[in-house]
Amino acid sequence: MLSSYFGAGSIVTQDKSPSFADAVSQSVLLLVESGKAKLSYVDEVSESLKALGPYFVIAPGLALAHAKPSNSVSAPGMALLRLAEPVISGSANDPVSLIFSMCSPNVSEHIEMLGDFGQLMSTDEVMNNLLNASAVSVIKDILFKKAL
Amino acid sequence: MLIYAVCGAGIGTSVLLKSNAERALSMLGIEAEVRAVSIEEARGADKMAQVVLATPEILDQLVGIPAEVIAINNIFDLGELGEKLKATLS
Repeated sequence: MLSSYFGAGSIVTQDKSPSFADAVSQSVLLLVESGKAKLSYVDEVSESLKALGPYFVIAPGLALAHAKPSNSVSAPGMALLRLAEPVISGSANDPVSLIFSMCSPNVSEHIEMLGDFGQLMSTDEVMNNLLNASAVSVIKDILFKKAL
Repeated sequence: MLIYAVCGAGIGTSVLLKSNAERALSMLGIEAEVRAVSIEEARGADKMAQVVLATPEILDQLVGIPAEVIAINNIFDLGELGEKLKATLS
């Protein structure tokens, strides 16, 4: 179940963010605040973004921020920051308004989580519905009320 | 046939890419093994894949790899994945 990976308070909506890098850090911080990772994971993701560029902007309007499994991660988890005013990341998929983040303590525990996520997001309309959803309750309905 | 799905860490984007590539391949009726790997693993692989899937931003990191490299813009678009895989594999 995808819902089990999103900790309490891990889905947040806000008007805007100063930059894509800030939005990414804020989304990763939601993983920290919901008990899935330590603060050092925020830096690890920022370093990855600096080194490799916005490669984790994987679909129009959507990023999946993450770094390698490390001691900074305590459990597989996901979080989402949704911006009403999208930010520019430098990717072909700009502008970005859905900044998901994920973490995993190893290379296997999150496979099911991402499988569920990928399947959901590949379903017609889910992506558009999410891009248009402004309330956390609506976002939760789309993500967790899975008709799969 | 072996296909690599590559991302910076080998655990996020690549895993999503792998699961959706498998779905696209099965719709096309093509049998292949898809592995999720990091950039380092793709570069240093003993057994090189025939095809490498990645997002456009990391193509620079994959220059020189002896495989057909395909850039996928929208990982969730099974249509894009299917068309690009079909064009490369047929």
